[in-house]
Amino acid sequence: MAELYERLRDAIIDERPVALSTVIEGPNAGAKLVVEPDGDIFGTLGHPELDRIVSRDAVGELAAGRTGVRHYGAEGQARETDVSVFIESFSPPPIMLVFGAVDFTAALARSGKLLGFNVIVADARSVFATVKRFPMADRVMVAWPDEVFDTYGDRLGPHDAVCILTHDPKFDVPAVQRAVATDVGYIGVMGSRRTHATRLERLREVGVDEKGIDRLMAPIGLDIGSRTPEETAISVCAEIIANRTGHNAPSLRDSKGPIHRPPADG
Amino acid sequence: MKEILADLDAWRAEGRRVALARVVNVEGSGPRDPGAAMAVSDNGDVIGSVSGGCVEGAVVVEALDILETGERRMVSFGYSDDEAFAVGLTCGGTIRLFIEPLDW
Repeated sequence: MAELYERLRDAIIDERPVALSTVIEGPNAGAKLVVEPDGDIFGTLGHPELDRIVSRDAVGELAAGRTGVRHYGAEGQARETDVSVFIESFSPPPIMLVFGAVDFTAALARSGKLLGFNVIVADARSVFATVKRFPMADRVMVAWPDEVFDTYGDRLGPHDAVCILTHDPKFDVPAVQRAVATDVGYIGVMGSRRTHATRLERLREVGVDEKGIDRLMAPIGLDIGSRTPEETAISVCAEIIANRTGHNAPSLRDSKGPIHRPPADG
Repeated sequence: MKEILADLDAWRAEGRRVALARVVNVEGSGPRDPGAAMAVSDNGDVIGSVSGGCVEGAVVVEALDILETGERRMVSFGYSDDEAFAVGLTCGGTIRLFIEPLDW
């Protein structure tokens, strides 16, 4: 008793991906199978074939970060509904890499934490990249973009975000170069439209292709008229959500005119 | 479930019996996604949530009954005009919960 719970709990706390499959309807209701990404299983749903099929599905659900109910025959048959299994995916928190220890960074790191991100702030300048300035970040790295991507690049996927706030080509060109080489779901780059136009020239010079450039959300954030670091952080986080869900929201990238306009009358 | 693990462990350390309720399915508009979890201890303490506060009271009643009988079960909450004053979701959706003793 408690062995399955403890195995599940330890994986969640250690931030290792794990899926919990529970029979919720059919014979053996309550039977459980803990499934790890490599297909290792603990527990049983009551039949070895059912365990085999459900663990295979659970590995897929876990990779996609999905949670939901699936139906099977008593021995795992497809297109039968004797057994309903609730497959719950527990994924480690998504990663938000923030480049640039600037005044917008603290607000963005706080908003990132609010959304459940594991927030890493990086800047090559040790005077600025300090825990004292960014106590809310999970990690503060004094590092160039290359070092950050050497550490985190392979772990970035569709649910993760890279926010480049440096607006200094020395940092943001290598950061973008490395970001577009990953599977990260969101790449936002701060700077005015003019800054970005210049940046695009440099990016093309160093060999970033149009597919990579299409992935950049720049100027960063939604066009909601944000001004302060906090408002900007909200517009960036909202853009990250809209980008992930595919919902229609007005990105600054797709609008024209000044980023900061005077408020409309009234 | 992640957010209730620390409290669950504390309850287990105290030797409390615990029922776990998890949202497994949401139809229509619902406040929380599948996987949202709450737990009820044998003396009626509650951690976590499964809706925007609409059905938690009824879940506590079910959970205490399940601790009593040991019978895990599916429980649904929806909204219908006939039951305007019964427990339900004001947002118009239906949620299905699996409630069971934490004996695994």
